[in-house]
Amino acid sequence: MKRFLTLAAIALVLMVAVIGCQQAPKELKVAILAPLSGGQPTFGVSTREGALQAIDEWNKNSGGVLGLKIVPIVEDSQCKPEPAVNAANKVISQDKVHYIIGEVCSSASIPVSRIASAAKVIQVSPTSTSAKLTVDDSGATLPYIFRACFIDPNQGKIGAMFAFNTLKAKKAFVMFDQANDYVKGLAEAFEASFTALGGTVVDKQSYDGSKDTDFSAILTKVKSAKVDVVYLPDYYNVVNLVTKQAKEKGIQVPFMGGDGWDSAQLDLKSAAPGYYTNHYSPDDPRPEVQDFLKAYAAKYKDDKGNPKQPDALAVLAYDATNILLTAIKNAGADNTDKVKAALEGITFNGVSGKITYDAQHNPIKSITILAVKADKTTPQFEAVVNP
Amino acid sequence: MPDSSELSTVVHLPPKRKRAPLAWVGNGFLLLVAALAAYILILNLIKNPVIFLQNVIDGLKLGMVYALIALGYTMVYGIVKLINFAHGDVFMVGAFTSFYAVSQFNLHKWPQMLFPAIPAGLSVVIGSITVILLSMVICVLLAITIERVAYKPLRDAPRIAALITAIGVSFFLEFFGALQFVYSPEFISYKSPFDTVSWYIMNGIHPIVAGQGTPDNTITFSNIFLIILVASVAVQFFLQFLVRRTKIGIAMRATSFDKSTARLMGINVDRVISFTFAVGAAFAGLGGVLYAIAYSSIWTQLGILPGLKAFVAAVLGGIGSLPGAFVGALIMGQAESLTMSYISTPMRDAVAFSILIVVLLVKPTGIFGEPAGEKA
Repeated sequence: MKRFLTLAAIALVLMVAVIGCQQAPKELKVAILAPLSGGQPTFGVSTREGALQAIDEWNKNSGGVLGLKIVPIVEDSQCKPEPAVNAANKVISQDKVHYIIGEVCSSASIPVSRIASAAKVIQVSPTSTSAKLTVDDSGATLPYIFRACFIDPNQGKIGAMFAFNTLKAKKAFVMFDQANDYVKGLAEAFEASFTALGGTVVDKQSYDGSKDTDFSAILTKVKSAKVDVVYLPDYYNVVNLVTKQAKEKGIQVPFMGGDGWDSAQLDLKSAAPGYYTNHYSPDDPRPEVQDFLKAYAAKYKDDKGNPKQPDALAVLAYDATNILLTAIKNAGADNTDKVKAALEGITFNGVSGKITYDAQHNPIKSITILAVKADKTTPQFEAVVNP
Repeated sequence: MPDSSELSTVVHLPPKRKRAPLAWVGNGFLLLVAALAAYILILNLIKNPVIFLQNVIDGLKLGMVYALIALGYTMVYGIVKLINFAHGDVFMVGAFTSFYAVSQFNLHKWPQMLFPAIPAGLSVVIGSITVILLSMVICVLLAITIERVAYKPLRDAPRIAALITAIGVSFFLEFFGALQFVYSPEFISYKSPFDTVSWYIMNGIHPIVAGQGTPDNTITFSNIFLIILVASVAVQFFLQFLVRRTKIGIAMRATSFDKSTARLMGINVDRVISFTFAVGAAFAGLGGVLYAIAYSSIWTQLGILPGLKAFVAAVLGGIGSLPGAFVGALIMGQAESLTMSYISTPMRDAVAFSILIVVLLVKPTGIFGEPAGEKA
């Protein structure tokens, strides 16, 4: 009796497994890795909203891609390497996805890219700007890894050009998070360009962005250094802390930063006067931008119930997902080698600009500079610079 | 057979204290580090005394908050010989309670809402004090609960069991708080019950106006710095009064001296121990609110580092001694601030915990400590 029951149980399990297996090919799974919790949750929520908006539009207008319904699998990667790696392993081995949109933060995307390369899974990162993402340690391009945004060496260079040429700054102070590749990369790029243009970086000070809340010693140094601009290319939560304490110390020097500043939760009163390099501006009159703004505002509301304006992360997630799905359609098959070839040759007009890929799978795009002013409630469009 | 008539002509010298060979290497290294530190400090003091003074003020701000937390560590250790690692998380709960009181319930505005005729300044003061008192009450309740649930059953167990439980409670508070329906794991931008006003000193004290800079070589400080200073010193005086002049204070000292004898003398030891936890937690809650107002960012792991540093401060001052905790905390605050400025910001945690190692190597009982474990 016992042996019979055991055999029956095994047979049942096998049947269920076989039946389960047969359902796979009707849908195309796309994994979305975004930081929904942790220090930068607005990044994750925006990324998810942008990506889901793109997927919904494809499912509604074209019935999915290649006749398959697109199914998103959203995982929380917290902008940190370990949760991102865990999420990537889960979606690759358990959910068997071939396409990943993510992560937002370079420090999390880089380890994921190594895993995705080994598994021949295509990864399109919407916003990771570190140059190390798409190349391995010897400088060779990782074949399956792409991104939708410009890279930090360009971002830092444009920031330095803006500071030197437009703000007429001759002396700069650089503050950076020593534990974060993204911030360090931007700071190094800025310093190299600023010095090459003829300015001087008076001092460079580091801190630990994940746990430091007291910046009084560094800010005392900033005050005594009498610089024209402070370059703080960190995420908005750290920028809020630093600029608030700077205002308490009476520091009126303008602060400059990178796309990590872009969040609805940036404390505009403390950060003003400030400038940051970003991926797009809602004041851009191009039809792609305005159509996306309208569609996004119709679908998503902020916590006060007002229609939401997308930040750069939502825009880039939207562009990244659209590029991926267009490439899959062009490739004609759910085969990562064909999609990779389609991506390499693509020319795509996205909300954040025209995207074509260079040899390192990095887009060649222009950079927008936004200004934070004390009397305005949102950052203002300042300039567009082409590299 | 031993010859008992033989006189012993050898004078017995006290045995020479055996030093470990190469002890001079360790001691010499410590002396070298101390000399280097003193040299750096004096050099920078002479080079720019204004910046040095500014760093001292920033260090006082930190040190006074650590003093509020260290009190709890030292009192609890004095009474039950337990290092309450969950104390830093009670500090965190205080910060979060005040945040929710201010942002969800607008508790800091209640005088304005009930009595619209009240002047704005007075309303802010009363509202803020209410928020702080609420945080303190919640922390007291939390600490008493922790003590009853986690520590009391282990009072007769080996001390390591209670220590491990304390660490467990600490992790529980942090990660339970990080659940979405409790506090959420995000870094929350703290909403303060009152605005921070800053002043700078140059030929008199002038307020810093938004949009205008300050002249060079001035010292700046803010109203939160003054509040922390006053609160911490007042707490010290209050505790000295409590421990020396009140009946419950004498009961606390007796219990810390000898628990079983105190029980024989008619002291309700359980109640005294709960009271000690409560007092420590109340001031940790106060410290939590003030720290959150000063450094405007809270998250569930906020209490780890300040809690550990306050623990080091308590050990430095002599664990079990109240003035020792205060002095130790001031030293820790200064060490952190001066390290941030003259060495580098990431080194400050390294220096803070090196102080712990040095204290345990050189004088484990601390500055004011006495081996008998007497309280004040």
